[in-house]
Amino acid sequence: MNLKSIYQEVILDHNRKPRNYGTLDNANHHAVGHNPLCGDRIDLALHVEGEHIDRIAFHGESCAICKASASMMTATVKGKSRSEAETLITEFREMVVGNLDLSGPHHLGRLAVFAGVRDLPTRVKCAILPWHTLQAALNSNAIVSTETAEDSIHAASSKA
Amino acid sequence: MKIVDALLDMNTSPTPELAARYRADFPILNLKVNDKPLVYLDNAASSQMPQSVIDRLIRYQTTQHANIHRAVHYLSEIATREYETARRTLQHFINAREDREIIFTSGTTDAINLVMHGYGRKFIQSGDEIILTNLEHHSNIVPWQMLAEEKGATIRVVPINDAGELLVDEYEKLFNPRTRFVALTHVSNALGTINPIKNMIAFAHQQGVPVLIDGAQAAPHMKVDVQDLDCDFYAFSGHKLCGPTGIGILYGKAKLLESMQPFKGGGDMIVSVTFEKTTYNTIPYKFEAGTPPIAAAIGFGAAIEYLSKIGLDAIAAYEHELLNYATEQIITIPGVHIIGNTRTKVAVLSFIIDGVHPHDVGTLLNQEGIAVRTGHHCAQPIMQRFKIPATSRASFAFYNTKAEVDTLVEGIHSIQKVFS
Repeated sequence: MNLKSIYQEVILDHNRKPRNYGTLDNANHHAVGHNPLCGDRIDLALHVEGEHIDRIAFHGESCAICKASASMMTATVKGKSRSEAETLITEFREMVVGNLDLSGPHHLGRLAVFAGVRDLPTRVKCAILPWHTLQAALNSNAIVSTETAEDSIHAASSKA
Repeated sequence: MKIVDALLDMNTSPTPELAARYRADFPILNLKVNDKPLVYLDNAASSQMPQSVIDRLIRYQTTQHANIHRAVHYLSEIATREYETARRTLQHFINAREDREIIFTSGTTDAINLVMHGYGRKFIQSGDEIILTNLEHHSNIVPWQMLAEEKGATIRVVPINDAGELLVDEYEKLFNPRTRFVALTHVSNALGTINPIKNMIAFAHQQGVPVLIDGAQAAPHMKVDVQDLDCDFYAFSGHKLCGPTGIGILYGKAKLLESMQPFKGGGDMIVSVTFEKTTYNTIPYKFEAGTPPIAAAIGFGAAIEYLSKIGLDAIAAYEHELLNYATEQIITIPGVHIIGNTRTKVAVLSFIIDGVHPHDVGTLLNQEGIAVRTGHHCAQPIMQRFKIPATSRASFAFYNTKAEVDTLVEGIHSIQKVFS
């Protein structure tokens, strides 16, 4: 699939009508992801009951790839366990940097539409920001940035 | 003579179709990107190289290369001669008084850092003030901030209006007895604004304050005469003038350059070295430590010869026509806004599309083979001034055509359709 059709699919489906867009009452995990280079900002809130993510919501300002990635991510991880979410975070990250063989076993489903981003190194950060933010929220970190070392996850203070 | 020919050409036809005549000189413009003909509109970031410059680099590397200013052998003498010829080409290009006023640097950023270290660190003290403008590229902000932090000096910033023009009255008000330096861009890289630098330089000189001009975005698009401008320093890069990367120049008035301390220490910048004392070389060599990018300097000279043959006045006239053609079309598209609307600008169009992030604009235009720059253009203070995170920027060169402008306009329409 070429990038324009990915754009059309992703944008038509998720940019105009993002899923789980808004804020969450009684969230117990929260993180903000920020890409200072383009101004993208994703504010992510989760309610985790036991091992399960039972509610999730995001809002913020971002490009279409980032917003669609956030929308599809929330739709996918809602109802999943922490460990399932961790697997998806790893697989998504590997996919957008071109290290995942999509013909092999994986759990990404429709998220595979973002594979085309690997041909655009400058846009990888846009697609991955919501997932970094999810990782941070699950780890109870408050703020992540695309412009810090170690894949952008670093500790800050905790729950919302 | 060749420059005169181009000027005569201009008189018969005020805006000759330069692209029709010279586009074929640029092999890279035949590329296809995503199966579409390349439409290269990122010339403010870097311009493309004509075959004559590519050939010059090959000729140098295959028949003339050795280290310069050192050995007595044949190749070293040839390489030295060609390198120094390139310096004189640059001297004539900007009408400097003497060739020793031209220092080869790695680019504009390096040239500005040279002045910051060589002049700023020697002459600027605690409590002194440096004037910059809201239109500066980061490369003409950060070195001065580093200096200000080191010395305890203060940065003052000339504001701009909504059209992206400097407020010259405000500039004049910023001067006081502690003002020691002005660093000012000739042309804004993000908006294309041409600043009234000649008057601003004259005003600074009335207060006894020297002025550095960042000419990176001006030198490719208009005739620059450093004696007429009377600037103290003028810096620009080779790769924005159809030359190689890794080379640029700093012009400086000889007296000022002589008064400055060296920036980098090493070979070639000395007359004699003992462990007790080193005597520095004369200008320009005092500021050219180590083996310079010899091939790049010679390629830069070849690029200047190429552009001079076309004539900077003819280039300016043609690019202005392209800019008007593009502006007239883009300004009429609903939901598209041009940032920077002054009437005195080079062929740079910074724009935003309602509801579409500039990075998405850049990616989707790339699908059509169109290369534009998206982002903050290393000029975040301008973005802050207009309260936007980024813009998309189309920047034109004399080898661009009106048909390419049409392709850009179609690209914008098609993006709006995807996002509608």
